[in-house]
Amino acid sequence: MRLKPAPAVKPLRTEQIILFRSSNQIFAISSGSVQEVRSVDSLAGAAIDVSEPRVDKVRHAIRRGDRNLYVVNVALHFGLTFSAATLVFVLRKSRVALLIDAIDKMTTMTMLQALPNAFCHEERRWYRGLTVLDQSVIPVVSPEGFLTRDELSLLDARSATAALPPSSSAAGLELNP
Amino acid sequence: MSFSEQLDSCSCVLLRLGERRFALAAEQVAELVAPSRIFRFAHRTSQIDGVILRRGRVVAVCDLAETLIGKRLGMRRFYLIATRGRQSAMDWVALPVSGECELIQADLTPAGASDSPHVAAWLSHDGEVIEVLNLNALTPGLVPAPAEPEARA
Repeated sequence: MRLKPAPAVKPLRTEQIILFRSSNQIFAISSGSVQEVRSVDSLAGAAIDVSEPRVDKVRHAIRRGDRNLYVVNVALHFGLTFSAATLVFVLRKSRVALLIDAIDKMTTMTMLQALPNAFCHEERRWYRGLTVLDQSVIPVVSPEGFLTRDELSLLDARSATAALPPSSSAAGLELNP
Repeated sequence: MSFSEQLDSCSCVLLRLGERRFALAAEQVAELVAPSRIFRFAHRTSQIDGVILRRGRVVAVCDLAETLIGKRLGMRRFYLIATRGRQSAMDWVALPVSGECELIQADLTPAGASDSPHVAAWLSHDGEVIEVLNLNALTPGLVPAPAEPEARA
């Protein structure tokens, strides 16, 4: 029995993605999911400390309008070794911002393969799927996979009493969808 | 009819993990390939090592050695690519093996109630009694009956 080639994907629709690094691993995210890229330094004074032991991947929140955005440390989220993050992705239509090490590059993917069924734990929520770029397999993260509704509720309850300074968007780089 | 119900003479592939040999029903074996680059990314399924690319398809690498012989393979000579599930929900896994594989025809003895779930049957070959593996019990992520969402472009 021969292994059949992967089914052809038709028609080929491309999607702009950002390749980024966290703890020396490369991930991809749809550029349409990222509203803004900021340096960590630009958040100084605009973010407050959040300490919720059940959601320890979040240590900071940013006030945007009448809502809090929670800054998820991507390395901690994926169980990787702690690394020096330098950038923050503010996600579009989301209450999540991502603390990452660096942007590798922006590129285009033409195919997204489903995660093999053998992966059967949290990674099924973490990733939209896998893409192949230059003969390398890159996981494409799911923007909804970083914080659950329950985790957001816990963080909201924890930060309700803290006064969050409003964040300025002047130091960020706005990305068009 | 499931594999365990059609136990008689059957084509099997013998595979070697360390010093021990196991068997898989030949119909579950897609191909035997030389080790290729393994890609690793963050996940929480402990039996999975990573993935390999084969004919444009991403295939999960599932190391059975720790479960079956109690230690990880020191040297991987090949990946045996096996299929799981049924028609619409067929899934592929790459099994690292430490020696060449052999296709044989053998009479199978059904597994007993006291056998481990990973034993689908037994066969006798060259004076050795060999477990025929039940991949669905041995590898993570049972293939669901309804089809998974299609890969998106």
